[in-house]
Amino acid sequence: MTEVDVIGLSNYYGDLLALDNVSVAFGKEKITAIIGRSGSGKSTLLKSINGLIQPSSGKVVVAGHSLDYNNINPHRHRIGYVVQGNGLFPHLTVAENISLPGKISHLQSSHGLHRLRVAAGGARSGRSGVDPSRVNDLLTFTGLPSAYADKYPLQLSGGEQQRVAICRALYLNPPVLLMDEPFASLDTLTRRDLHQKMLELRRTYKLTMIIVTHDVSEATRLADDLLVLERGRVQQFGSREEVISKPANPFVKDLLEAHLN
Amino acid sequence: MILCLATSFSSDKVVIRVGAKHFTEGYILSEMLSQILEAKGFAVERKFNLGGTLVCFEALRNSEIDIYPEYTGTIAREILRLDNDLPFEQLDSVLNQKLGVRISRPYGFNNTYSLVVNPSVKLKTISDLKDHPDLKAGISYEFLKRQDGWDALAKTYGLSQQPVGLEHGLAYQALIENRIDVTDCYSTDGEIAVNNLVVLRDDKTFFPKYEAVSFYSAELQDEIVKEIDKLASSITESEMSEMNAAAIYGKKSFEVIANEFLLQKKIINIKYQMSNTEGDFVSKIVQHLILTFTALILAIIVAVPLGLWLYSRSQISNIILYIAGLLQTIPSIALLAVMIPLFGIGALPAIVALFLYAILPILRNTVNGLRNVDPLLKEVAASLGMSRMQALRFVEWPLAVPTILTGIRIAAVINVGTATLAAFIGAGGLGEYIVTGLALNNTEMILKGAIPAAILALVIEFIFEVIERKALPAHLRKR
Repeated sequence: MTEVDVIGLSNYYGDLLALDNVSVAFGKEKITAIIGRSGSGKSTLLKSINGLIQPSSGKVVVAGHSLDYNNINPHRHRIGYVVQGNGLFPHLTVAENISLPGKISHLQSSHGLHRLRVAAGGARSGRSGVDPSRVNDLLTFTGLPSAYADKYPLQLSGGEQQRVAICRALYLNPPVLLMDEPFASLDTLTRRDLHQKMLELRRTYKLTMIIVTHDVSEATRLADDLLVLERGRVQQFGSREEVISKPANPFVKDLLEAHLN
Repeated sequence: MILCLATSFSSDKVVIRVGAKHFTEGYILSEMLSQILEAKGFAVERKFNLGGTLVCFEALRNSEIDIYPEYTGTIAREILRLDNDLPFEQLDSVLNQKLGVRISRPYGFNNTYSLVVNPSVKLKTISDLKDHPDLKAGISYEFLKRQDGWDALAKTYGLSQQPVGLEHGLAYQALIENRIDVTDCYSTDGEIAVNNLVVLRDDKTFFPKYEAVSFYSAELQDEIVKEIDKLASSITESEMSEMNAAAIYGKKSFEVIANEFLLQKKIINIKYQMSNTEGDFVSKIVQHLILTFTALILAIIVAVPLGLWLYSRSQISNIILYIAGLLQTIPSIALLAVMIPLFGIGALPAIVALFLYAILPILRNTVNGLRNVDPLLKEVAASLGMSRMQALRFVEWPLAVPTILTGIRIAAVINVGTATLAAFIGAGGLGEYIVTGLALNNTEMILKGAIPAAILALVIEFIFEVIERKALPAHLRKR
């Protein structure tokens, strides 16, 4: 069963071919790690999935729906997105940051722009789309004290900020979570701890997660499936065990060996 | 809103607006006219500090003022562009037919232009200058430009000196200190006798007659014209020189000088009441703040929405910012002068000019503040499913506010300074002290305007700093 399907995706930046006819069916409720060197097209593929990048050709299907680039926002509300360096809004408190997606989707649906139905167990938003108990639950789940709700992002450590960013991405209870190098700037202990949280998350929320990372050991520790990209082309896509035991080509073999030994 | 402000200074009953040329004698004569009219119970609005002939005449013709003292030679040469003098009655009828303005009978003295030197150079006539080409000529800006001014004079007399331009009020100081050797003068200038300066004889009779007259709108009522005619043939050249000297060296205000003369000549019999200068000072500060902040608020209303519209359109915004930058480079006094044909004199043109100056800092900071928001945060805003307007409202605008406030503060401080120059076109404010002080060569009066203006700028700077700190995003404040 698949949740996210990428079909024949190609993308040009000017003359540069960033993605070359990429087709991948990401497994439902699985964690897939996209690995590869810098410039291999990892981030471009991820941004294509939530429509931040509109591909030159090919299509993206999420939960059976093709992306509609003329009305992309309801789609984005169904996808959580976490970036490297967390992207928290410095002028908003932790609680305001976390609940902002609720406020946005509420404003858009109450304006009659979209009908948005959040999955059962999601934010039971009141009139403003902001639900303090949902914020509290998420803080607790990611291991942050409730008192942090009124703090500002810059008063928190890097690891704490990244937890807040994850809370924000989960606020609308999306079925899909995209993460672009989410742990790159964190120390090893914090990183291990967050890896554990991610595995718990998947179990609790039945999430389909796609994580872009340049860290192959992180990928093998966290992911069910591995997708290896190089120069915009799929080198290998398969289960973790399969990719590690049977690298499809010398490039995949080198990439794994360089990191795992 | 601008119109309200411009008209709010005038009331319903007939007010006679008296203008004055921007020099000692102009103030004294205009004050005499004002006091004569007030003695008869007319309401008078003094619109002094109107710059040179051009500003005064434009103001008269555009009905911004009703009357001001002028000189027949200036009217013939500068305003009518005639090559020769006309008899008084003929001049009056030409003015009435062509321009709808009239002149009164002359006051009695001829204040001709001439050149003046230190006694040490031992010259007697303007022709003598020809043999001393090394003498330094410092000439007033108005005389340099006039048709009957330096160029024509130099041609008639064959003079080869290359003059430098300077403010008439400062020329005597320069002459006495030997920084220049010769300057233009009015024959009734108070400085001449006091400093034993030598007026060069116009041996080729280059200069026309400059008889002082009242220059007024042909629509002025007869009863008013009858009153101002009381000055006819009542002032001699030496009396005028003495009054000018008293204004400069006697430390008397020109109100008092005018009043004493009118009492002595029994033209009026009401002693001048020194007006409450405290209240006057406060009202000038209020005028100053009204000019500054009306222009500032209008600039905010225009520049902030314009910046919001422009920031995502980089090509158009670069062009518009360039144009706004060009406006900023126009010297303030030139911009104010350009405003006169468009908006007349008074508060309106000053507000328009200050508004144009305030646009750039606010517009530039709005555009830059919005553009400089971290692109990662813009990407995150999009990934959260925000529309363009929502990204602006929840992310870009709040992060740009501190930069925009800084732009508004810069504009406010620039405006407080530039508003002092608005006095040159009769807009009032603290600049009146500076302009009058310049004309009278009175440092004390200049400082009376300059110091409060500087303090005002500091206070505004301080208030805005407080506002900026309050408006700063909380995360930056708490650290």
